[in-house]
Amino acid sequence: MSVAPIPTPTRRRPPNRSFSSWLDRNIRWVFPMPALLALFALTILPLIFNLVLSTQERSVSDALPSSFVGLGNYLGALKDPRFWNSVKLMFQFTLIAVPVQMLLGLGLALLLNRTMRASGLIRAVVLLPMISTPVAVALIWALMMDPNLGVLNYFLQTLGLERSLWLADVRLVIPALAMVDIWQWTPLVSLILLAGLQTMPDEPFEAARIDGASPWQVFRFITWPMLQASIFAALTLRLIDALKTFDIIEVMTQGGPGSASETLNVYAYHTGFEFLRVGYTAALLSLLLVIVAVVAVGVNLLRRRV
Amino acid sequence: MSSRESPLKQLVLNLLLGLAILVMLFPFVWMIMMSLKTQVQNTAATPVWFFTPVLDNYINVIERNNFLVFTKNSLIVALAATVIGMVLGLPAAYSIARFKQRGLSLWILVSRIIPYITFLLPLFLVFTKLNLIGSFTALIASHLIITLPLIVWITIAFFEDIPTDLEEAALVDGSSRAGAFVRIILPLVAPGVITAGILAMIFSWNQFLFSLILGGPNTKTVPVAVFNFLSYGSQDYGAIAAAAVLITLPIILLSLTVQRYIVKGLTAGGVKG
Repeated sequence: MSVAPIPTPTRRRPPNRSFSSWLDRNIRWVFPMPALLALFALTILPLIFNLVLSTQERSVSDALPSSFVGLGNYLGALKDPRFWNSVKLMFQFTLIAVPVQMLLGLGLALLLNRTMRASGLIRAVVLLPMISTPVAVALIWALMMDPNLGVLNYFLQTLGLERSLWLADVRLVIPALAMVDIWQWTPLVSLILLAGLQTMPDEPFEAARIDGASPWQVFRFITWPMLQASIFAALTLRLIDALKTFDIIEVMTQGGPGSASETLNVYAYHTGFEFLRVGYTAALLSLLLVIVAVVAVGVNLLRRRV
Repeated sequence: MSSRESPLKQLVLNLLLGLAILVMLFPFVWMIMMSLKTQVQNTAATPVWFFTPVLDNYINVIERNNFLVFTKNSLIVALAATVIGMVLGLPAAYSIARFKQRGLSLWILVSRIIPYITFLLPLFLVFTKLNLIGSFTALIASHLIITLPLIVWITIAFFEDIPTDLEEAALVDGSSRAGAFVRIILPLVAPGVITAGILAMIFSWNQFLFSLILGGPNTKTVPVAVFNFLSYGSQDYGAIAAAAVLITLPIILLSLTVQRYIVKGLTAGGVKG
């Protein structure tokens, strides 16, 4: 069956509408263009510039000439004990903070999932830590962790435990900072997992109940598999952010005592904006970026396996 | 599920939830208490739990430390970065939603994974060259890195919810696509635009690193001002707590209005450096 094409009436546009009709035809790339250009200028271009800088020996000041050193800055970093220390501390911080907040976040999500009818106020409370200004969060916790007057030591003593130096103790500073991260970001993990829990269908749970499954079996064979997508989303997000943590550490300890809490991000900040070693800082940042990207990709490869 | 729980189990689980909420709230409660105590009470060997609140710390912070000037600076930067973010971001989000240009949303990933300090170092050099360090221009431009991807990401979902019929009807009536976007679609996504705007302002307000490096004496934002105030060896605990309350309060009030979208914002935009 063939149908004769219906002749479309050609609407004659006045000449001043030609821009408008051109815009209509090209809107799918004209509309995103300003945003893309802005993001290109503000993110992609600086990223490329950072790579270029990382191959130079260069200071912020123009008075000193800059010179091309190829991979010299990278090789320098690999021989720099302070770089390796900062990588170690970055992973220590992340590997303390993230697993604890994933576990607590899961627990909190399961608790919240029971009582969601009374949720308005609870939800508002849960949001507080993660929307608070990081500088304010750091200040509050620094005051609470003060070795002499901090309320945390008062609690420890009340419980019959030893007072602690918290941020002033070389061995404790990273766990103490991780504790702040756990306080701040466990709520996010729990809200992501809660969203996952609330979209689950009821039927498998009903069936399991009829079959007489134990609560553990229900969790292991029904909840857990269905929650995996949310868990990996939360895990990826938290790993990326924990590796990059800056505000809390810089405000609370400036990387100290000594360099006991100087994670890679903080070390790069100090070499860049205190010692003004631009080229070396750029190399440190490229290495940080590679580490974060490898971790993010790694977690997602793991996800396909599980 | 709760119908099958024994009363004992319910009690235990509710206590656990209560404990979790107490732990989350305690630092805020403690901060507010410290801000209302005198220096003597704040430095007492045993914490003072009951006291007559005084407002001296707030008066001190606001009057002696130019807090209102820094608040104004923060507002200028956050408002400008949000408005510019919308002008650039809303057409982009609409286009991504309408023409299924999912590839374009990859840009958001870039701003999500890369530590902010990586953008900051080159921007610092460029702004130094252009003599823009310490200017609002530099701060607003850098804060666009936060607000623009966030606004695009959040509003895509709102644009996708708008049925295409309305727009097509407008096109049939002879409206241009851009005209239909401004007159028909934007009013419909107003709630989404407001949500994205509030979230963008919150994240810009919270931003520390860009403001610390690119700001100057006349453009110092609140978080940087409070950080400097602390690092000059202030032992005035009440004033520090009052400053922390003053930074946090506007954020809490704003965030309550966009509660539902905050997690989406946090997962898309990235809040830290």
